[in-house]
This record gives sequence, structure tokens and C-alpha cells, in this order.
Amino acid sequence: MLPLNGMATATRGFDSQEPRQVFRLRSPKDSPEQLTDVALIRLPDDFDEAVSAGFGQAIVIGDSTDPAPQALPRVIQLPNKFNYLSNGDILGFHPGSKRLRTLYRRASAHNSFLVTERCNHYCLMCSQPPRDVDDSWILQEIRDALPLVDKQTRSLGFTGGEPLLDWREFIGVLCHCRDLLPQTAIHVLSNGRAFASTEVVAAWEGVRHPNLTVGIPIYSAVDTVHDYVVQAKGALDETVLGILKLKDKGQRVEVRVVLHAITAPRVVATCRWLARNLPFVDHVALMGLENTGFAIANDEVLWIDPMDYRVQLAEAVDLLVGSKVRVSVYNLPRCVLARSVWPYAAQSISDWKNGFVADCDRCDEKPRCSGFFTTGRPRYSRGIQPIMNTPQRSN
Amino acid sequence: MARFLTADAFEMPEMEPALLPFRFERQQGGYLISNMVGDFVTLTHDEFSRLTDLQLSAGDDLYEKAYAAHLITRKGQHAQHQLLALRLRSRMAFLRQVTPLHLFVVTLRCEHSCPYCQVSRQSTDRSRYDMSEDTAQRALKIAFESPSSRIKIEFQGGEPLLNFALIEKIVLAAKRAAPATGKKIDFVIASNLALLTKDHLTFCKSHNVLLSTSLDGPADLHNKNRPRPGGNSHELAVKGIKRAQEALGADRVGALMTTTESSLGRISEIIDEYLRLGLDGIFLRPLSPYGFAVKTKQFHRYDAKRWLDFYARGLRYILDINKAGRHFPEFYSALILRRMLTDRPTGYVDLRSPAGIGLGALVYNYDGRVFASDEGRMLAEMGDNTFELGHVDTASYRSLILSDKLVDLVASSLTQCAPECSDCVFEPHCGSDPVYHHATQRDPLGIKPLSEFCARQKGILGLLLDILEHSPEDAAILRRWGGM
Repeated sequence: MLPLNGMATATRGFDSQEPRQVFRLRSPKDSPEQLTDVALIRLPDDFDEAVSAGFGQAIVIGDSTDPAPQALPRVIQLPNKFNYLSNGDILGFHPGSKRLRTLYRRASAHNSFLVTERCNHYCLMCSQPPRDVDDSWILQEIRDALPLVDKQTRSLGFTGGEPLLDWREFIGVLCHCRDLLPQTAIHVLSNGRAFASTEVVAAWEGVRHPNLTVGIPIYSAVDTVHDYVVQAKGALDETVLGILKLKDKGQRVEVRVVLHAITAPRVVATCRWLARNLPFVDHVALMGLENTGFAIANDEVLWIDPMDYRVQLAEAVDLLVGSKVRVSVYNLPRCVLARSVWPYAAQSISDWKNGFVADCDRCDEKPRCSGFFTTGRPRYSRGIQPIMNTPQRSN
Repeated sequence: MARFLTADAFEMPEMEPALLPFRFERQQGGYLISNMVGDFVTLTHDEFSRLTDLQLSAGDDLYEKAYAAHLITRKGQHAQHQLLALRLRSRMAFLRQVTPLHLFVVTLRCEHSCPYCQVSRQSTDRSRYDMSEDTAQRALKIAFESPSSRIKIEFQGGEPLLNFALIEKIVLAAKRAAPATGKKIDFVIASNLALLTKDHLTFCKSHNVLLSTSLDGPADLHNKNRPRPGGNSHELAVKGIKRAQEALGADRVGALMTTTESSLGRISEIIDEYLRLGLDGIFLRPLSPYGFAVKTKQFHRYDAKRWLDFYARGLRYILDINKAGRHFPEFYSALILRRMLTDRPTGYVDLRSPAGIGLGALVYNYDGRVFASDEGRMLAEMGDNTFELGHVDTASYRSLILSDKLVDLVASSLTQCAPECSDCVFEPHCGSDPVYHHATQRDPLGIKPLSEFCARQKGILGLLLDILEHSPEDAAILRRWGGM
């Protein structure tokens, strides 16, 4: 697992009163293009190169010592675990606490910005437990980072918390994306309730982003079940209204169903309901549980071995496919899935938290498999075993 | 970390449950229920009374079933209503395409003398039974006035090929006029194909005209049903189908069968004939109570029960063909399945409410009279002018569609509020047929327990539902037909 958050081991030239700032990493051979560019230094020789290229600030990974400290006025020293950083990546840094976060990795297909930790849901399995704090600085950090994101980036996510709690601010961020990154698909994770307001939907539509999707969870067709999972009364009603209003305005909507002991046994009924009532959504994602955050605390009510819903999941996928609804299965390794589901199983787990177990090395399907989450306290299905494709007979 | 609430904290007793409209029918062992948009659920007697008394609560399974099926909502909620409204709107969206079908009866003359025929004359008197060019032009003008963005012009008879010169003129005139109106136009000729020539096919090919013909089954049955001089109707129809398939493409020619009493025992032979000719499916059709079918007493030879038995045997045979790997739908089932399994609008003129008369189709008779449906003009040939809306010489599209006569007929036959229909569990998938009920009961609405139309509909819907519920392999085929 890649550590995206951490603390500088040392800094030079930063005043602890300075506001948060955002840096783009450059190779010391490049010359800095804007004030936010910093040289990424791994080796002692890089210092000279950075200075001669004109850099005034640098990120140093490891404990290389600076031969001529006065030449580079501002330096942040990071522990070795940040060795994965490279040219084009973006960091957010808080001089007061020396804390920093990797906001964007150019080589990754899984970049997403956390918009806020606040949420009006309190989902039993939340992987990012909400905190009721004023974190409006995050939106500013995102606004600062967006101009630094590589224009060729194929997709970018926004997640939370609930990104639409400060919807006016967030819509502004989407406008930035539209203007700065017109080639980049944007995927927002929201509980959808804000869209029950016509005003919010109008603003969302008004962005006129060429490739914007919102992923909205529906855990059941039944209000009591959904509301229990998200721990919020009246949630399903607003979420469904939100989806209807978005689709009424032709906006792209993905429905997400996280599978656990409350939702998985009824996944067929849920998908039958989706196929009949919301067949116009753009995509349905049926997702294995990430055993981290609240999911650990609620393990007793949530854990179900995927083998115990394997048949239902296959039926649910079949049903959606038959109704011409686009469907994918996320986060579940192939060995626990019926073969009929394989064509819909995606390699969905973000690269920085994706892993495999030892047995996987013997598995023929590993190159196409989602693997596992490495976050939290992973729980493994009894069905995990290497898949050996029978060799083709020659005659 | 804040405490999590348990499931029972979300029973929300403060938000009282309330019933949404649904229809039901008692069945063996319980009830068949359909919600406002025709999703079916079955409940036991006990569940049904608990539902109607609202004695249900979260976690008892009945609550979950009823909520997911839109049988209940709760005070203060809106999504359940909105979903139903949205789906209903989609199902009724056929109303946005008003009068997409225009039938031109270019001649009443025919060289066949079928005893079940609705209308035709064996005559050589062109002046008396052919549509004039002037009438055709006026009819075309009315057709273009209909608001549909896409219209279909169907040439009917008699045998329309006997007045092919007029067909050519109408097609060319329509294509000339189309661009200015922004309408797309499809053409189809309903012909027995006996008189089909190379020139006809060349014209059809270059103007994208479809052919629709009659094929009642194997030669002896077909020829018995459809006599013509020479007794070679079947031979000529088969030859015509093959030539049309070759010249126009296999999907550019279709066939319809009519079921006479002689057909009843021969369903598999009939279907085999369609397969042999490479047709892409079959439409099993009962006789209609119009035209000569009544005069020659063909219509009363079999009742709904015998028809349904025939239909069920046919469907089973067709399902077996599909199971063996050939995609070959029964088109009437496909139509109903599409309504049962999706919310896509189906405007099939004989199975919708508001009825398809006028709103779905207009018929321009050879003599210039305009009728609300093809069957309506057949009744007129028997002296009953109930469905005559006007004459092309004086009428405009508006005057026909907004005529008191049509409005009355449509308004008085709505299934949504008709006795027996409004609370029928199959209503969302059925329709009103005012011409049929007028013809058989002298009333556009009809008393449904006495209606063979109703008996056939209920029978077919029940049959399809039974297969969907109980025969997974057949159900998969039916779902494919329904466009799922």
C-alpha cells in the first residue's frame, strides 16, 4: 500500500505561519515553469542540477545531504516511503504541522481528490469515516492543485465525505475542471441527496462538463434497508428523487451497490428493481466491501463471505445485462465469482491500495483480476484459490 | 466514534405507510397483484389482507416486497410516486406520435374470394371500386397534417396491386412532399402477391417499400381458406414471398396468418410452413367479426376457449423451435411481453387505451370516405357507418381527429376507467377495442365478461405470466422476444 499521507522529516526555509501550499514535482533537469514547481531530489547530484536549472525549492526523499544549503532556499525532506513520487505529481503541504498529502500521481489511473470529510450519511461500512470539522481549506487546496494536473490525465475522481454539502463551492471546482482539463473525465462520488433540489441539479447541468459522471449508492429498493445502511432517515427517498432529476436533465449517473451481509442477500431484488425502475442509469457497479473504517467496527453485521452470495450476484448481473443496463462488478477477485460474471468484473481497486495473496502467483487469471484491498483489516473469502485454466488439447 | 443505530430504529413509525393504487385478482392459493405500471407480484391470502389493512412493518418481508413493488409508500415520501409517474409517462408516450399510420384502400377489387375476407369485390369495374388520383392526393394531404414525425402509409385492398399505378403516384407524391414537412415516411403494401410482377418489385426496391402478405399454412389449408380462380393461391403466395425476399431482402417481406376452424388442428404444420419460407416469426391471429367473416358465419365457428387452446399449443411449439436455437418469435406474444417487461411505449393500434381508432390510424377508403380504423370501414361495407369520420373532399386532419364522433368513441372506451377493465389485473398490458365491441355488442365499451376479446387477452396474458414464473428456460426466450 502506498502511503499518501505523511510528515516531513525536516524542512528548511518554511515559516510555520505560512498558509497551506501545493507543489508540483519536477525532475531536477527540467526548469521550473511556475512558482509551485519544486525539484524532486533523490540523489546528492540532483541538488546541483536543480540549482542550475533554476529551482528555488525542492522535495528531498531520503537523507541525501545538501552540499550547498544556501543555493536552494526552501527544502522539504521526506521519509523513504515517499519514494514512489515522480515527475508531475502534486503534493499538498502544511508548513505549520509539516504534514503533507499526495494529491495526484501522474502515472496513476486512480487519482481522486477528497473534497471534505463531512457527510450527512454515517454508512455502516464507510471506508472514510466522516468527521464533523471545518475542512473548507480542502476545496482551496483542490483549486490550487487543478491547474497543475497534467492535461492528458484521463480521469479524475472527487470523493468525500459528501462533496455536495457545500455544493456552490464544489460546482465551482467542476467549472475549473471543465476549463482546465477538458480532456479529463470527472467522476464524483455523492450520496445523491443534494440532487433532490432542483437548484442543485440546474447548477450541475449548468457546468456543461463534456464528461462528468456522478456515482450514487442505492443499497436497496426498500427505504428502511437503505436508510439503515446509511444511518440516515429519509435518505432513499431523496437519493431516488435526486437520480430522477439528474437523468431528467440528461446527466450521467452511475448507481453503486456495496455488497455486505445486509445488501448482498437481497442483491437480486435490488437489481430487479433497478432494471425496472431506473433502467436509464448509465452504469451499475456491484461492489465488494472494503474492510476498513467503519466496516471493521461493524464487522459483525456486515461480514459475509462472497462465496455465500456468489449465486445471487450472478443472477443479479444476468438480470441487468438482460435489461441492457451496463453493469460492472468491482473489488471481488475472480476466484469467488461465477464464470458468467467474469466479463463484467473490473480491476477496480486503486493502485495504491491494491494487493494479492501468495496463492495468486499460481493463478492464471491474476492479470485480469481485481485482487484485494490492502487497507484496514482485509478479510479473505474461503473461496480464494488459484485458477488454473485447463491447457488446450492439441487434437 | 458515534454509536450506530440498529435496524429497528429505521422502522420510522412516525411516517405512516399508505397504499398506492394497485389491481388484483384472486388466484389459486393467493392473489395476483399488479401495480400501476403492470409489475406483477403474488401474495398469499394472509399477506394480501395484511397489506390492505396496512398491518406490515419493516423486516416482516411483506413490507419489503410491497415497498419494492410500489404497492405502498409512506407519508412524506415522494420518490415512490415519482417513479410511478415517470414510468407511466414512458408507457403512455405512444400518445406523442398521433396517427402514425395511414391506410390507403387503393381498390376494393380482388381476384381472390376468401370466405373470411373482410371486404373485397370480384369486379372489373375500375371506375366503381378504384380510388381516384384526386381522392388519393386529398388523403395524402390529410396524412401529412398529422403531427407524427414519422408516418407509415399502408396500401390496402381488395388487392392493391390491381391499382398499382396509383400506388406509384402516391409514393412519389409523398416522397416529394416529405422534405418540406420534416416527416419520415415508410411504405408497405398488403398484398396476396398473386399478381406480383418484376416491375412491382423494382419499384418497391427503389422506393424502399415493404410487402406484407397472407399465408395461412400449408397448401391445402391455405387454398381452402383463400380460393381464387385456378386454386393456386398458395403456390403464388409462396412464389411471391421468395421473389420478394430475393429482390428486397428477407426482412422486407412479412406474412400474416388468419386462423379458421380448419386451422385449429394444424398449428405445427402452419408454423413449419413459415419456417420453411424463412420468415422471421409468425403472428397467430384469430378471425375478426367483420365483413364476410360474419356473413359466411366463419367467425362463429370457434370460441375464445378453442382459440386459446390453439394459441397455447402454437406457442409451445414455437418455444421448442427457439430452444433448438432458431430465433423465431410469435409476434403477438412479443408485443405483450414488451409491455410486461419494459416501459417502452407500444402504440399497436389494436391494443392500447386510449384506443387506436383515429389516434393510431386513419383509413382512406377507395371512395374518399375516411374511417377511424380498417375494421371500421369493413363495418361500413356491411352498412354500419359508426366509424366513418368524414370524407376527404371536405375533411381536414383536425376535423377528423377532433370530430365529436371520434372523441366520443375514444372517451367511452378507455380501459383506465371502464367497468371490469379499470380493476383488471392485466389492464396495464391490455387495450380497448371499440370497433370489436361495437361489432359484437353494439357498444364501443362492451360488457367484458361477454367479450371474446377480453377472454382471449386474459388467456394469453395468463399463459405468458405462467411461463415467465414457472418455466425458466422458456422464460428466457420470452424475455428475449420482449426486447429485454
